[in-house]
Amino acid sequence: MTLIKKLITTYIITAPLLALASEVENVNDNKWGLNLSKGVTPFSQDIYDLHMIVLFIVTIIGVGVFGAMFYAMYAFRKSKGAQAEAWHENHVVEAIWTVIPLFILVGIAVPATEALIKMEDVSGSEMTVKVTGYQWMWQYDYVDSGVSMYSKIAESSNFARQRGSGVDPSSVENYLLDVDQMVVLPVDTKIRFLTTAADVIHAWWVPALGWKRDAIPGFINESWAKIEKTGIYRGQCAELCGKDHGFMPIVIKVVEKNEFNRWVALQLENTDTREFAKN
Amino acid sequence: MADSMNLDSGHHEHHAPSGWTRWLTTTNHKDIGSMYLIFSLIMFFIGGAMAMIIRLELFQPGLQFVDPQFYNSMVTMHALIMIFGVVMPAWTGFANWLIPMMIGAPDMALPRLNNWSFWILPFAFSLLLLTLFIPGGAPAGGWTMYPPLVLQTGAAFPFLIFAVHFLGASSIGGAINVLATVFNMRAPGMTLLKLPLFVWTWIITGFLLIASLPVLAGAVTMLLTDKYFGTSFFSAAGGGDPVMFQHIFWFFGHPEVYILILPAFGVVSAIIPTFARKPLFGYQSMVYAVAAIAFLSFIVWAHHMFTVGMPLAGELFFMYTTILIAVPTGVKVFNWVATMWKGAMTFETPMLFALGFVILFTIGGFSGLMLGVTPVDFQYHDTYFVVAHFHYVLVTGAIYSLIAATYFWLPKWTGHMYNETLGKWHFWLSTISVNVLFFPQHFLGLAGMPRRIPDYSVQFAEFNMISSIGGWVYGLSQLLFVYIIIKCVRGGKKASDRVWDGAHGLEWTLASPAPYHSFDTPPDPSTIEGGVR
Amino acid sequence: MAGRKILNRQGINKTAIRLVVTAVIMFGFGFSLVPLYDVLCEVTGLNGKTGVISRQEAKSPGELHEDRLVKVQFVTNVAVGLPWRFKALEKELFVRPGKLTFTNFQATNLSQSSVAGSAVPSVAPSIASRYFNKTDCFCFVVQSLDPNQTKIMPVAFVVDSKIPDNVDVVTLSYTFFKTEEKI
Repeated sequence: MTLIKKLITTYIITAPLLALASEVENVNDNKWGLNLSKGVTPFSQDIYDLHMIVLFIVTIIGVGVFGAMFYAMYAFRKSKGAQAEAWHENHVVEAIWTVIPLFILVGIAVPATEALIKMEDVSGSEMTVKVTGYQWMWQYDYVDSGVSMYSKIAESSNFARQRGSGVDPSSVENYLLDVDQMVVLPVDTKIRFLTTAADVIHAWWVPALGWKRDAIPGFINESWAKIEKTGIYRGQCAELCGKDHGFMPIVIKVVEKNEFNRWVALQLENTDTREFAKN
Repeated sequence: MADSMNLDSGHHEHHAPSGWTRWLTTTNHKDIGSMYLIFSLIMFFIGGAMAMIIRLELFQPGLQFVDPQFYNSMVTMHALIMIFGVVMPAWTGFANWLIPMMIGAPDMALPRLNNWSFWILPFAFSLLLLTLFIPGGAPAGGWTMYPPLVLQTGAAFPFLIFAVHFLGASSIGGAINVLATVFNMRAPGMTLLKLPLFVWTWIITGFLLIASLPVLAGAVTMLLTDKYFGTSFFSAAGGGDPVMFQHIFWFFGHPEVYILILPAFGVVSAIIPTFARKPLFGYQSMVYAVAAIAFLSFIVWAHHMFTVGMPLAGELFFMYTTILIAVPTGVKVFNWVATMWKGAMTFETPMLFALGFVILFTIGGFSGLMLGVTPVDFQYHDTYFVVAHFHYVLVTGAIYSLIAATYFWLPKWTGHMYNETLGKWHFWLSTISVNVLFFPQHFLGLAGMPRRIPDYSVQFAEFNMISSIGGWVYGLSQLLFVYIIIKCVRGGKKASDRVWDGAHGLEWTLASPAPYHSFDTPPDPSTIEGGVR
Repeated sequence: MAGRKILNRQGINKTAIRLVVTAVIMFGFGFSLVPLYDVLCEVTGLNGKTGVISRQEAKSPGELHEDRLVKVQFVTNVAVGLPWRFKALEKELFVRPGKLTFTNFQATNLSQSSVAGSAVPSVAPSIASRYFNKTDCFCFVVQSLDPNQTKIMPVAFVVDSKIPDNVDVVTLSYTFFKTEEKI
């Protein structure tokens, strides 16, 4: 049992370290990443905290239960001359260990409920982005401005991931997490995301935002994010959607508001030129 | 190999034809039990080989060995085989072997149905495995069969659906048999609250099977008509809803999880008292806890699909019911620890696997609690964190208890002791490697690696490599298990009737190896000690 | 022993038959989940299915909220396999709850053959779908477009005045799927 013991001790020691680790490391490219991303939205913070609270609680319970087990294995061994006793129930003890977990669960449920209510409140949104999943790429429609774009895996990754490509994945920048065209979003803006799909079910997931949401053909799903830090955030499709499910990354680029407006204007100009060319 | 199991019994000469037809037509509960267990062991290695392919491809980033489509087939088939081909048949096998012996009955109540229930299985899996060789390949839409993706399956589609129908029919047959046996063939004096916990957990499992598998059969039937007969149960285009499939599927799927694990609780509740030489703590609360878990399993299904977009009230309801399961599960774990407390423990192989079960299954339970918290599940969902969670509860949970049960009752079945040294090797190799295999997957999931992907970003490379190495060592260690079983069937130290000095229960009052028919005459009521033992 | 076996036969058969019946009932229950689910969706607004009311009902608006405006946003999707372009002619409207409102969509067949399609509505947030009713919609019937034909497709809807206060934006989405049948 010593190895299990060691493993568990390691786990117990690492649990608080996990928190520290993600504090120090970059959200995006952490090698040996151990823990959930703290993310860059108010909601992702809540989720991170909840995650750590529950992890802490189960770790404590684990220490107690496994500690008792290991002590029993050590102290009540026949080889040490232990004599088995014959008792086999104790209603008081049984009642205690039924009721105490109930209280712990209530302690978990309260902050979880608060977080959920916060997440479901989409009111006061300032812009809407519709995300449509395809086999195997994403389409983004900025509903307010009319900008529309497709985003699929970057050619460098797509080439390297073919069998027998001869390319070492570690030589490719952001292997499998790079796209041809990033989604540009403004910072500090409450953005409503509508997810849907055109063929099978996909799921849109950027860990830094704190949630993932299924994209279901025929239906639209609503969620929101207010991103508080500019930067580039990467994610992936999270629902099995066929052959290239592993190869439809998501990359969002969060910029200052005025820069975002400039980008929108530029996109619209380009779209218009293309439309003209068609007619 | 199984043939020799009953050679010494001397009872079967006028009951069964000899040679292979004996196995085809047998209605004996021990023969059928052996066939279930051998079948399950074979499927364990087929499903395991698929897992080895998966870990091979994931050993390093980039696609080296298989195409993404084939990878998805491996993931899908691995799950279907391990669930329907390994764990469920293995529990039915144990039920067949043990329940008549435990309740003092001569055989199962419905022997002919028993034979049919078993023989449907190899047929159904032949159908399923055949799809590996047909154009378009095996099903690749995940064992959860979500539409519309599963409707893109090629020629394998009808094979998949009919295989699932047959597997369901087989399991329902097995469940009816167990329940009919327990309710009608108990020896005089064997009251319900004297039943060993393994029998109790199987009663509840039986009800779960009968209540949930027909729902799955209905769901896949709707898939079939959607694909071939123009209905649109799950197609938005025709007024249906793909999410409805997920609701129906998980209405079956969550009870299914407990179908896989409840008998494990029964096994562990038999092994720990035996080797702690102390009666099981809180027998009645164990029974109630199992019943409570079974009841809750029907009202938590949507926690598998929190991200589909549910109304707030729904998300809250399913979160509360889900985390509530921690209470009865906790009671069971506490009871096992209390059973060990002030006992006189020895650590033979079955006990080692049972203790490994308690610790590692509890770790799986902890991650289960974490997953039940809806807002955090929005991050965990469909990542390797989930993969780590359900492998802790299914591999170090269900499979560990199956291995423990095998070592525990093998001497009773064969009349020989297995090799204890090799058994301990098996335990330590498995336990070290299985943690190397699955523990890092927690980190992978938290760091953002989705499940069911054949290739990954380089930041996940280190933990995947470690996990793969653990996987291969674990896989190879299981060959040792087969060697130990074969060796034990062939010969070894003669086992006494009681086998373990702390063993209690009717099966240990029979000779080792157990006679072909268990209790031709009902046992003496005074030998029935009751379930606390 | 033989006597005991015969005695139990009846009990065994009874148990087995009961369990078989239970299994059959559960098989039926699986199918009954289909209509149950629809009812559930209607009650809870799950999956954003919209309601349909008659023009008559729409004309009696109940209490009109004079000072409240809800932004109704229109989005369009075309499922893979349907060679159409499909867009909303107005991207959004500010509507007064209780008032019948009209808007138009436009679909163009980009292929060289006649194609039929049917539109599936969905409303976000899902809570709003309980308060979102239509009197007329192109989605009520299968639409057919000749090669290169463009068609204007009208919708008339009412946002119920009882819509919760914290809903300030409602999105009405239509997804066009290819229909095999032709009208």
